[in-house]
Amino acid sequence: MAEKVFMIALSPTMEEGAILQWKKKVGDIVKMEDPLCEVETDKASMDYLSSQEGTLLAIVKEVGTSARVAEMIAVIGEPGEDISGLLTAAPPPAKAAPAKQAPAAAVPVASAAVSGGRVKSSPLARKLAADKGIDLAAIPGSGPGGRVIKTDVENFTPAAAAAVAPAGSFAPSSLGSSALNDDQVPVSRKRQIIAKRLGESLFSAPHFFLTLGIEMDSLLEARDRINAKRKEKVGLNPFILKFLAEALKRHQALNSSWEGEFIQNHSRVDLGIAVAQPDGLITPIVKDAGSKGILQIEAELKDLIDRARGNALKPEEYTGATFTISNLGSFGIEEFTAIINPPGVAILALGATIKTPVVAEDDSIVVKRIMKVTLSCDHRVVDGVVGAAFLTEFKRMVEDPYQVLL
Amino acid sequence: MAIITFREALRQALDEEMARETGVVVMGEEVAQYDGAYKVTKGLLDKYGPDRVLDTPITELGFTGLAVGAAFAGMRPVVEWMTFQFGLLAIDQLIHNAVKYRSMSGGQFKCPMVVRGPNGPAEYLGGQHSQSFASYFVHVPGFKVVAPSTPYDAKGLLKAAIRDDNPVIFLESEMSYGHKGEVPEEEYLIEIGKADVKREGTDVTLISFSKPVLMCLHAAEELAKEGINAEVVDLRSLVPLDKETVYASVRKTNRAVVVDEAWPKASVGSWIQAEVMKDCFDDLDAAVELVASEDVPMIYNHTVELEIQPTVAKIVAAAKRVLYRA
Repeated sequence: MAEKVFMIALSPTMEEGAILQWKKKVGDIVKMEDPLCEVETDKASMDYLSSQEGTLLAIVKEVGTSARVAEMIAVIGEPGEDISGLLTAAPPPAKAAPAKQAPAAAVPVASAAVSGGRVKSSPLARKLAADKGIDLAAIPGSGPGGRVIKTDVENFTPAAAAAVAPAGSFAPSSLGSSALNDDQVPVSRKRQIIAKRLGESLFSAPHFFLTLGIEMDSLLEARDRINAKRKEKVGLNPFILKFLAEALKRHQALNSSWEGEFIQNHSRVDLGIAVAQPDGLITPIVKDAGSKGILQIEAELKDLIDRARGNALKPEEYTGATFTISNLGSFGIEEFTAIINPPGVAILALGATIKTPVVAEDDSIVVKRIMKVTLSCDHRVVDGVVGAAFLTEFKRMVEDPYQVLL
Repeated sequence: MAIITFREALRQALDEEMARETGVVVMGEEVAQYDGAYKVTKGLLDKYGPDRVLDTPITELGFTGLAVGAAFAGMRPVVEWMTFQFGLLAIDQLIHNAVKYRSMSGGQFKCPMVVRGPNGPAEYLGGQHSQSFASYFVHVPGFKVVAPSTPYDAKGLLKAAIRDDNPVIFLESEMSYGHKGEVPEEEYLIEIGKADVKREGTDVTLISFSKPVLMCLHAAEELAKEGINAEVVDLRSLVPLDKETVYASVRKTNRAVVVDEAWPKASVGSWIQAEVMKDCFDDLDAAVELVASEDVPMIYNHTVELEIQPTVAKIVAAAKRVLYRA
């Protein structure tokens, strides 16, 4: 039986790929794992390894043309088979084939129950949530695919959600009444994914940590000057992301992925930023941050974080970050270590900016605003010196923004 | 109350109705001299004579048509099909005549007849004798379709079926004839169209009819061991369907499993599954499950034969799935 060969997602973010070269001719025998063609993805060019066996009967996408993921590129079958039906058949399903080359990124961090703003829930759970005035999106679902079911609504307490409120807001203290209980809380799909992915990351990637303090005075002053002339104030994060992108451009190793057989470099800097949700966390991505200005990053960040908190991100908006930051500074955390978010090989943990006595060059003691940052690196890809070089470059840029121009 | 078998309960119903009205006649293959293939008509020939208890040739279409004509003419025939498998030969008479003339004649004719006999899979009967055809009759407007699971229900429903002015399809099961249960000495009828809650529960509703009801009760005991309190609703009548009782149960438990020993496609089970999902949508915490026979012709090998049909284990598993405890 002749079968269609479909384009598959060869990178976490690939939506379409261009055929650079066919490595088999029509009539050639194709075995499992044989390189069929070379495909240029959004990140790199790589071999398409066949997951089908037989004789290559037709090439549908010639060299130089592009195919969207799940689009037919060839036909494999027995010699002499009539394949006219396959070639003229209806277009393939829009659903993407599983990405063989991207095992980690194929598992989204976000709740599987939430896609495009829709929350999977049983009809009864919807009615109960509406009666209680609870937003379904805030309830962790324990049913299949993260479906919110009756017990989830019944066991949900908004107070419990407030305890993990997004950065910047604190749960009101509950003096006098204990909020503790002995409940068994069902593990939501989202929490299962968080547990699995972060466990895999910490246990398979040998982490090491580099910490340093960055003087924030000049950046904060620069930001104040900029904001003084603007109606819409720019936050600190866009500056940090911009400098990180610039530093990453100069340190390829930190913007890559460990693929076992090889290390996949990424030409584009896709920066993830960890955002707390009531029932977990998610890392929306500012794509290609290296080519964007601070104001554009600011605008995108604002939109992404808003939608992240509302559980309204699309999978491609939170999968495949090449580098991630996590900021607990607004909670007053001075410094901390973060677990690397695959497929990235490093994550930067940002602490609070704190006025600190610093011994200056002339041995006088001056007060500086210091932010402690800790870089977690995957030692399979990044060695200590490489990580240190990147981090000190980032520090130099933040402390002396003109460095970026160099 | 006396404890009697399912077949004896049916016999009592026939006997009582024949004594009550001379228009009630029994006909079918070997129902007279041989007392019926499953001994349901035992002793009726001696009591009522050959004019009212008729052995017919092996001609299902012929004698079923004879009964349809007799019903139009004012009698109340009870046709025994030795099995509903053979009845396939005769459904033309039922679908084109029995259920049509009342409406097509503007009510001038009525068709007070009962067709009864074993339906559905049993054991060691092979591919051609193990089929449940409930949906064939439920599908066609004009029939009443009854499928009791206990001797008590069988007697009360058969008496009501004989007195009904519509053609009533009365589905029994080979495996049920020997089942015993309490049946009162005094006369009683059971209204067609009323389901019966055979076991009260709070966590999940098991909906079934005919022989699998007993399996549901067994499954409920198994579930109870795991702290799951299942309610078992015995439909008893498929047409008319007692939606009120079914829905009240589902609205209480929020979860339902339908058990039907027919194949799963376009079956009574899948119809009830759809009705519950449509009408109890906001009360459901999980999609309604259907436990049916596998979608294959029956295999003679006994182990496979039993595994093709609904089993207690399959019902327990489905109940746990709708409770998200699988």
